[in-house]
Parts: sequence; structure tokens; C-alpha cells
Amino acid sequence: MSDKPSNKVQSGDLVFAAIFLVFSVFLLSQLPNQVLWLKKVKLVAQPGFWPAASLIGMVGFGLAHFLSRLRLSDFRREGSEMAVWAKSLEFAVWFMAYVVVVPVVGYLGATLVFSLLLTWRMGYRRPRMLLASIGTGFATVLFFKTMLSVKIPGGMVYEYLPNAWRSFMILNF
Amino acid sequence: MDLLLSGFMILMRWDVIAALLVGSVGGVIIGAIPGVGPAVAIAILLPATFSLDPIVGLTVLLGIYGSSMYGGAIPAILINTPGTAVNALTTYDGYPMTMQGQGRRALSLAYSASFFGGIFSVLCLILLSPVLAYIAPMFGSREIFLAALLGIILVVTAHRRQVLAAGMMACFGIFINTIGLEPVKYSKRFTFDQSWLASGVNLIVVVLGLFAISQAFLLLVDRDESPDAAPVSGRLFQGFKELLGHKRVASVAASFGVMMGMIPGVGEFTAQFLSYTYAQKTSKKPELFGKGSPEGLIASETANNAVPAAAMIPLLALGIPGEALTAMMLSVFYVHNVVPGPNLFQNKMDFVIALYLALLILNVLVIVFLLFSTNLLLQIIRIPTRFLGMAILTLSFVGVYSLRNSPTDCAVAAGFGVLGFILKRLGLPIVPIILGMVLGGIMESKLRTSMSRVKEPFDFIDRPVAFILFCIILLVLASFARTKWKDYKEFKANKEAQCLTNKPSTSFGQRMYRRRSSSLTARGRKDRGKP
Repeated sequence: MSDKPSNKVQSGDLVFAAIFLVFSVFLLSQLPNQVLWLKKVKLVAQPGFWPAASLIGMVGFGLAHFLSRLRLSDFRREGSEMAVWAKSLEFAVWFMAYVVVVPVVGYLGATLVFSLLLTWRMGYRRPRMLLASIGTGFATVLFFKTMLSVKIPGGMVYEYLPNAWRSFMILNF
Repeated sequence: MDLLLSGFMILMRWDVIAALLVGSVGGVIIGAIPGVGPAVAIAILLPATFSLDPIVGLTVLLGIYGSSMYGGAIPAILINTPGTAVNALTTYDGYPMTMQGQGRRALSLAYSASFFGGIFSVLCLILLSPVLAYIAPMFGSREIFLAALLGIILVVTAHRRQVLAAGMMACFGIFINTIGLEPVKYSKRFTFDQSWLASGVNLIVVVLGLFAISQAFLLLVDRDESPDAAPVSGRLFQGFKELLGHKRVASVAASFGVMMGMIPGVGEFTAQFLSYTYAQKTSKKPELFGKGSPEGLIASETANNAVPAAAMIPLLALGIPGEALTAMMLSVFYVHNVVPGPNLFQNKMDFVIALYLALLILNVLVIVFLLFSTNLLLQIIRIPTRFLGMAILTLSFVGVYSLRNSPTDCAVAAGFGVLGFILKRLGLPIVPIILGMVLGGIMESKLRTSMSRVKEPFDFIDRPVAFILFCIILLVLASFARTKWKDYKEFKANKEAQCLTNKPSTSFGQRMYRRRSSSLTARGRKDRGKP
């Protein structure tokens, strides 16, 4: 397996198990409304068979996992782990901001600004690291967009460039 | 021979040669950087390979898969930090050897053992081809369904101490795969009337979220680290000579790697564990294991490098991936309309042979690159971890956005990134989600097809292969139940022994338990003044 198994009970285990169980029960409760059950069709051929089977599995395993964590977890430490989870949301927002900016500023501009600002945010202040972040951003654009021609549309600001420059930028950056 | 030649002809193109170089060198570099790993790199590169020829795209991905473990041994040996998760066992003996001033010897041994493991498994793959070509057509819908079911069961039971978590994640993966339009009646399933859910949840979006974005979050949130290692001086060729002195350990470890690689859901960890245990039990110096034993190092490195080629066997022969990386590769096949499975061996054998040869060449390229560039790789290891997190997040954007230019995909990937981050923090398994998605889809379509021809339940296993697979499933479940029962009995015995021998407990429950146990014994009854 690519991920290493562990049998240690971590703080946060119980909260996660509870959230997963509630989520699974909610989905199972929606089963009659969210899938179609056809008449005169075998059970395994029903459109709802696999969602039902997987949700029953999620609830069953989720409940057993929750009960096993309930027995072992230290309730006092659960909150500190949730604070760490919340930290990841900041970077999810950074990522989504990057996604929103690309169609406006263009892939090259957005990538250079994103990598520079995120490097600054992570506490790097030395010019060497800031230059390295710009270099990384530029190399990424050059490899994927210029060399491999991956599908990323040009930015809206490219429309204001002279004709020759506009098509060059749309094609390569 | 003709097939071999046509396989070579497929590889003799500039783009395939470039892919071989990029894949092998890139894989080593990625493997050498702690915190990246092949899953992250393959997830990011996956959409970019869709525009390439299938053989080119697969060669790059195979290169990364096959060579990352070579690179992962470098930080494992020199700085006690495994480059990829599967190099963890390498630290047991590799790092103590470095501490004893034998870093060069350890690296040299690791390279030669990895090379032996890699070549051994490719040769096994080539030799097994005729057998696979003979067996593969015996797999119809019901056999493939049973093989996929076996894969899911093995993935869950392989997480021995996390079976419940692995089970719920596998079921979650199967559920995600059912979201959207159902393929036969085209009715909506769990879309909650949201148009963006109608086309379902894309596997690559989930893969990128769970592997790449979550890893970026993990590196960005964690403390910043910048590993350092002293340069290695001297030649690295001597390991091949030393390996000859440990032929038995290397061969057995490589065989374990091949066998475990072929079984879906098992993989490198089990292969390493079995090889290491074997090497220790048969060694003349078992006390050295964990303190710098060359045999231990050979066992772990040979076993993990023998797995990638073997893991291609269920993928190519049956279209069933045994782990997350081969599941990702399956999407490359599908995008190019090359359907792995029995037909591949009958209709595109030259393509299969070309893949085998690519794997063989990759191993040679990697060993040549490593013998001359180890000190250069030590510079790459020093990249600060938070900076690495920034780079992975930047690269993840290309992977998700280039699929359909959809901000919704990016939001879904970010959501799975947060989920992956939480799972990684908690040490819960991620791979069952991916395999649940892939194998769930296979099981749904194959069960539907096969049930249309089945009248009685026993008709389902009336063919020899189906019957054998069914028996294996029962055997796996029975052996798992037996292991769990033994674990439970052992746990109970330990607990009772602890309760009787420990110093007085301050826990009320334990005090009551001790009092009850004591009252049941003859001495306890006497103390309490009862007959």
C-alpha cells in the first residue's frame, strides 16, 4: 500500500469518526429521494443498488469505527487537532484565489504572483528564496503550457495586448 | 521474437526515448525529495499525459513509479528520512550504516539491490506473458467482477490494524463513483439537483485532491524543515560485487516483491516485511538487523523495487489495478481507448511487450544516472519543506484546471485536499478511496453484465476460474477472521495479565474489575470470608 498503516489513536480521531458517521447516515436517509428504483428489474441491476450497498457499508464500518474510537480517544485533545485542520482551509482559499485569478491575469502572471505571495506568507524573506519562487513559477508555466501545451486559456488582460503579442501570449503563457 | 522486435520498434521513437529519460530521471529526483513521492507526481502529470501518445504517457508515469524508490533510498540512508513511504524500512539498516561511516557502502548496496529487484520483476513479467496471454481470455464478466471484489477485500484486510477505517473509505470510494448519471437507465444518482454533479466526480480530481493538494497542505501547515546531508565520496559500483555474496536473500526478496506485487491491494509493505523477516531469520548475524545489517538493507530495497513491474500484471491482464498508482495509470489507458484486460494480450501484444521493454530500459537508465549524480541529488533534498508545499500547490493547479478548465473541479479537488490532509494527519488510509472508486465502477458494470446470464446463484461460479476466485475470497475472509480472533484472544489475555500484575489502578473501572476477578478465585473467596 502507498500509505503506511498505523494503529495509534490520534487526537481528532473521534471527531472525524463522528463527522463521517453523521455524513453517511444523512446520505443513507436521502437514498429514497436520490436514486430511482425500477419495477420488474433485478436487485443488482437497479440504479440504486450500488449507492445503497456502499452507503450501508459506510454506515456499518463508520459506526464500528466510531465505537472503537469512543473507547480509546482522549476527549480533551480533540479540539487542538481541529484547530490544525482549520489551518488547511487557509491554503484551500489561497488555491481557489489562484484558480479565480488565472482567467483574468493569465496563467503566467497569476502563477508568478501566487508563488511569490505564498512564499512570502510562509515566512521566507531572503531574496534568494523569493527569486527561487519566481523561478519555480516560471519553470512550471514553461514546462506545462509552453512545452506540453496543456489546456489553460489565456487571461482577459491579454486582449489589451497588440495582435502579435496577444496570440503569442495566449499560445505560450 | 517478432513481438520483441515490434516492441522495440514502438520504443525507437524520439518522443518515447525522451519519455524514458524524463520518467527515469524525474522519478529519481521526485523520490529523493522527502514529502513528494510518486503518487503526488503521477497525480499532477496525469492530465498532461492525456495529450500524449499512450506509450509515451505511460512510459513517463511508469518511469516515475519504477524509479522513485531508487531515489527514496538516498535520504533514507543519509538523513534517516525516507524519500517515499516504502523506503521507511531502508532507514532501519541504511542510516545506522551511515552513522558507522559506511554511507557510501549502504547507498551502493541499495542501488544494486534495487536494480536487481527491478530487473528480476521485469524478467518475471516477460516470462509470465505467455501464461497471462493463455489465462486472461478465461476471464469473463463474472470472473472480472470476482477479481475486483477480491481486490477490494484484500485492500481492506491488508490494513490489518485499520480494517474498519479502510472499509469505510473503500465504501466511500464506491459511493463517490456512483454519483451522477447512472450508465444504463441514465437516471440521476445523488446529484441533489445540482448540474455540476450530473457528470459525476472525476477520478483525477479526487486523486489530485487526496494525494497532491493534501500533501501541499501538510507541508505548508507543518514546521519548516530543510534536511541536510554530507556529500558522498568514492565510487558506488562496489555494491554489485557485494550483492553477489547475498544472492539468496536478494532472490527471495525479489520473489516476495513479485508475488506481493501481483496480488491487488497488498504491495510493497507486505513484500518488504516478509523479505526482511526471512533475511533476519536466516542470517548468521541476526543481531545486526536494525543496527546496520547489509542483508536487511538488501532485503527491503530488493523487495520494494520488484513490486512496480509485478503490479502491472493484474492491470494489464485483467484491467484491475492493485493500488493507487496503477489505478491512476488505468485512466491513461481509458483516455486513449486502450482497454487493458484479456483483449489487450490478444490484440496488442506488441504494445504490452513495448511496456515491458520500457520498464527494463528504465531500470538501466536509473542506475546509470544514480551512479554518477548522487551528490547532485543531495542538493535537491535540501529544499525547505514549506517551499516544496508552495511548489506542489502551484503544480496541482495545472493538473486539475487543465482537465476541463473548470473552477468547480478545482473546488472539489480543494475539498478532497482538505479531506486528504485530515486523513494523513490521523494516519487513516487514503488508497481504499481510490481503489473503491475504480473497482466499484468495474464491479457495477461487470455484475450487471454477468447477472443477465445467471439464473441460479450457483451459476455464477460454475466456471473453473470463477470458482477458484470465489474459493480464494472465502479463504481470505476465513484467514482474516482467524487472525482477528487470535488478536482478540491475545489482547484479552494480555489485559487480564496486566490487571492481575499491575500496581493498584486509580481507575474506578479497573478497581471493580480487579475486585470481581479476585472474588472469583479461591484465595479471593477466602479473603472475603466466604466458602
